[in-house]
Amino acid sequence: MAVTEINGRSVHVDDEGFLTEYGEWDEDLAKLLAANIGIDLTDEHWRVIRFLRDDYKDRGETATTRRVQTVGGVSVKEQFALFPKKPGKKMAYVAGLPKPHGCV
Amino acid sequence: MTITMESRPSVMPRFDDEDPGRKLAIICSKGNLDMAYPGLIIANAALGEGVDTHLFFTFWGFDMITKSRMNDLQFSPVGNTAMHLPGHDAHMPQSLLPMPGMTAMATRMLKKSIADLGVPEVPDFLDQIVAAGGHLWACRMSADMNDLTPEDLRDDVAGIISAAEFVEMTAGAQLLFI
Repeated sequence: MAVTEINGRSVHVDDEGFLTEYGEWDEDLAKLLAANIGIDLTDEHWRVIRFLRDDYKDRGETATTRRVQTVGGVSVKEQFALFPKKPGKKMAYVAGLPKPHGCV
Repeated sequence: MTITMESRPSVMPRFDDEDPGRKLAIICSKGNLDMAYPGLIIANAALGEGVDTHLFFTFWGFDMITKSRMNDLQFSPVGNTAMHLPGHDAHMPQSLLPMPGMTAMATRMLKKSIADLGVPEVPDFLDQIVAAGGHLWACRMSADMNDLTPEDLRDDVAGIISAAEFVEMTAGAQLLFI
């Protein structure tokens, strides 16, 4: 595990850069993480991020794109539009969670 | 919000580092319920990694995209020596497996195990794959053999094409035959 600086804040990350401490994330940090990967957060992005955060808190596991659709109510198509190319990983990154481990 | 290079973290995921032209072609040739899933799971995973993904449905795999059949894929333990009693290492004797009702029971059980994992049924899974940008192609020869036209197939099938067209279209792709 490494510590990296994001705008002067130290956070714990794994080898790839995903945050490892649930409590180190807040919404200001999410804006920076999103900006790092070229995403400007809109209300639709926040809907996904808040679902991911709450769902992780309940289950201890990052939701897959499938789960974000069936439980979170944001369609897979919309997820690809909001977080292009790699929605599962990008959503997890911005939400300060480990990348999803589920296959589907 | 703009962010300067100095404020970027030293460790961050490389979302855009991979070969932007990466392409995956999956040939789905089986229509058994258990053999429908591997291609769909890989396709879904590849799309989630930004890989341009094309599925070609041929022979028995054609059932996966045929409207009148896609909701009725079945699983039979007959001839499958890797089939165990649920939750055990013991095999069921092959001679007992062709009993009446066995295919229906095995199909129900497999569907339940799959649903319990939150994995969708085949038609719903294909919806998701198309929503994620995947392309579905139907095999010309299979359509001709079964007397099927585009109206018989899922509306999101991009076309009925020949093997040569598929090979041409997926030049340079990694290829999986299932």
